[in-house]
This record gives sequence, C-alpha cells and structure tokens, in this order.
Amino acid sequence: MAALIAILLRDIRLATRRGGEMLTLVLFFVMIGVIVPFAIGPDRETLARLAPGIVWIAAFLSMLLGLDRIFRADDEDGSLLAFRHAAIPLEMIVLAKLVAHFALTALPLIVATPVLAILLGMEMGPFLATLVSLLIGTPALVAFGTIGAAVTVSLRRGGLIAPVLILPLCIPVLIFGVGTITVGGPAPLFLAALALVSVAAAPFCAALALRLADD
Amino acid sequence: MIELGQHAAFIVWAYLGVFIAMGTLIGLAILGDRRARGRLADLEARGIRRRSSGDSA
Amino acid sequence: MSLDTTRKANWFSRLAHPGAFMNWSGPMVWPLAGITAVLFVVGVWFALYASPPDYQMGDTVRIMYVHVPNAWLAQFTYAVMAVAALGTLVWRHPLADVSAKAAAPLGAVFTALALFTGALWGRPTWGTFWEWDGRMTSTLILLLLYLGIIALWRAFDDQLRAGRVIAVFTLVGAVNIPIVKFSVDWWHTLHQPASVFVAGGPRMPGSILTPLLIMTLAFTFLFLTLHIVSMRTEILNRRADSLERQHAARSPGA
Repeated sequence: MAALIAILLRDIRLATRRGGEMLTLVLFFVMIGVIVPFAIGPDRETLARLAPGIVWIAAFLSMLLGLDRIFRADDEDGSLLAFRHAAIPLEMIVLAKLVAHFALTALPLIVATPVLAILLGMEMGPFLATLVSLLIGTPALVAFGTIGAAVTVSLRRGGLIAPVLILPLCIPVLIFGVGTITVGGPAPLFLAALALVSVAAAPFCAALALRLADD
Repeated sequence: MIELGQHAAFIVWAYLGVFIAMGTLIGLAILGDRRARGRLADLEARGIRRRSSGDSA
Repeated sequence: MSLDTTRKANWFSRLAHPGAFMNWSGPMVWPLAGITAVLFVVGVWFALYASPPDYQMGDTVRIMYVHVPNAWLAQFTYAVMAVAALGTLVWRHPLADVSAKAAAPLGAVFTALALFTGALWGRPTWGTFWEWDGRMTSTLILLLLYLGIIALWRAFDDQLRAGRVIAVFTLVGAVNIPIVKFSVDWWHTLHQPASVFVAGGPRMPGSILTPLLIMTLAFTFLFLTLHIVSMRTEILNRRADSLERQHAARSPGA
C-alpha cells in the first residue's frame, strides 16, 4: 500500500514539476467550449440545450489527448521495466498510475467546468448534474484510456492510435454521461456501474498488455 | 431481365456494391498469395531456403 | 519409453501447427471455392429470380438477401477473432495470431457492406439512408473497432508481439460490444420510442427464408475460403520475412 501511494505521489510530483501539460489540457478543454458558439451561433437557448453534450465532448477529447502520457515517460526512462520486475504486482502499479492520471487530468477538467458552464449559459441544476456525471464518468474514461495506452506503449507512433482504438469503447460512457444530465433515471447507475467495472478490470488488462508487449 | 419494381436502382446498387467488394477481396487474396509465393521462390532462387521444410515457420 | 512423454501433442495442436496447417489447408482451398461459387449461383438465382416480392416491402426485400449475411458475418468474424485471441493468450498458439490478423480486414469489409446495404435498404423502406437506430449504430461502432485493430496491426513492426497485444485489445473489445449495444439501445429508445424496425421479424415466410439461408451459407463459405487463403499468405510472408532476416544477419557487412 505504501508503495502504491509512493508511485501515486511520484507521478503527481513529476507532473506538477513540469506543470505545463496539465494547464494545456485544461486550456484545450475550455477552448472547445469557446469554439462551439462560433460554430453554432450565440443563441443562449440553443447553447444551454446543447451544453451538457458540449461539456462531455470537450472532456472526452481532452482525456483522449492526454492518454499518451500515462506510460510514455515511464517507458522512455526505463521505469516501466523496473515496475515489471518490482516486488509488488504490476496490476497494483497500473492501478496507482490510473488513479494518478485521474487526479492529474480529470480533476483539473472538473474544476474548470464552471468556466464552461458560464460560457455556455448553463442553469444551476444541469450544471450540478454535469459535475456529478463527470465525477462518476471520467474514471471510466481514464480506465479505458489506460488500456489503450498500455496496448500502444511499445509503438513509437502510438500517440495517435490509442485514441482511435479507445473511442468506440468509450461511447457507452458518453451516452450514459450525457444521459445522467439530460434524463437522469437509471443513467447515473449505469454510468457508475460502467466506471466501477472498468476501473476494476483495466489494471489487469493493461498489466497483461504491458507484460506481453515486451516479452 | 427481371422486373424489380420501383426501387430497382437501390437493389441493383446493393448487389453491385456487394459483389464488387467481394470481387476485390477475392482479387486481393489471390494477388497476396501470388506475391508471397513469388517472394519465397525468389529467395530460393538466390539459394536462401529453409533448413527443413517440415519445420515450424 | 519415457522419452516421448514430453512432447505428446494432441490432435488439435498437431493440426494447428503452421507447417501441418499449410499441408492440410492447401488441398481444401479449391473445393471450398467451388462450394462457395455453387452456393452463390444458386443463392443469387433464388434471391433475384425464384422468390416472390414481399407483400409489404415489395422487391426491396431482395436487398435483405445480401444485407443479412453481411451483418451476420460482421459479428461472426469478430467472434472468430476473439477465439483466436484466446488461443494466442492462453495457449500461445502460433496459428492463432495468423488467424486473427487474417480475419480483421475481412470483418471490416463485411461490416462496411452490412452498413452499405442497410442504407440502401433503409432509403426505400424508412425514407432515409441513415437512421441512428440501435442496430445500425452498433454496427458502425463495430466497424470503427475493426479499423482500429487493423491500424494497430499495421503499426507494429514485430508481428509476434503485435499478436499478443492485439489479442488483449480484441478481448476487451469483445466484452465491450454487448455494453455498447445495450447503451446504444437505451439511447435510441430515449430519443425515439417508436420502433422503426418492424419488418424482418421472426415470422418470415419460406419464400424469403430459402434465399436468405442459401445466401448466408454462401457468404459464410466465402469467408472461410478467404480466411484460409489469407492465413496461408500470411504464413508464407512470415517465412519469407524470417528467411530474409536470417540471410541479412549472415551476410558480410551486416
């Protein structure tokens, strides 16, 4: 457990030392919200109606953009090799990295959501629902992303291919995420179930892919 | 020719599309097979061959 | 007596050994191709000539005879890939990689054709080429999955490593397909409660069933033939690759 926390803190420290990436991701997230009104017009009613979808698409794309960094740096400096032969199972290390990635990419987006909500003219109710849906749903995005990143880590051109692979698998997250905001009903439960299962399964799939990638 | 009713164009296009695609698949399969055989024959002509032909690939 | 106990291969692994596979699959290609051709001739004759138009859909029902087999193969091919992925991961079978790699492009083409014929069927039946309906949407997502897997195969240089890693992803995809289907269905009922898909239910008269079954069989045999041929091609290519590598390693100046 202590080792896990150590890895988690290490990842967070490394990322905050560089800092730039996190800021870029948040900037990208907000920029999508800025661009959309130019594309569909500034009509407040239309924007408010589309806002949940726009926020989710923005979060979705930002998460895909950050995928490559989950294992890339560790692969390049050899830490990944050390992890594979560490005393603690690789699955646990991957879980720690998953949590770290969530804290580094998803949480900043959620913190930045109020900016998007104001720009898009969201009401208080939908805004809170959006926050909740992002909190429940982004772990699932991170989990699928971890699998995608693990599958493509041994590829030099993996940066573009991981998002393409992961996108079809993430469609249920998008559906239930937006569903949580716009309809409610069973959607939040489905979303939570999806997040739980994917977060539980992703470390095993990703660790398996990492092991097989350089035997 | 048989009468296909008012939507004949759709039916003809569906069949044409499917059979063109299938033809392409068959063509590519034959072409790929030829090319692979050609590569091996070429290697063999240059005296590079597998040590025992029954061994694993 | 105890010498031969270590390598007691069962019948399956003997059949599936790449060298053995080349031996037994070679003579099967032309007979399979022949059966496929006969099935297609009979199937098309039934589909376009010897079957009556449907009382509801009229002659557009004939599109179904090429649509349904492609839709079936779109899913069947993924099942083949998933089984091959298990073979790669559990038994480390050398032939399983080859099977999975050969199946992916075939599956993508069948899925694309299912969408193409579905659109051509939808236009006269529902008045639109594309309907965001549960089946069509999940077929589209399946197509994206196939294309991603093909891109992944092409991105790897080392095909052995590719086979193992892609096997993991293929299985993750296989587990996700039902979830995608479920979510898309839920999403669809949300936006459009009335079902547009009433035709083509289980109550199909025999006149439709005959061409449908023959065409499905024909396409399935076509898949089997093409799959075996492209597996053979892949094995030959790998042999050539390894020979070239050996030669390059042995030649002076390397």
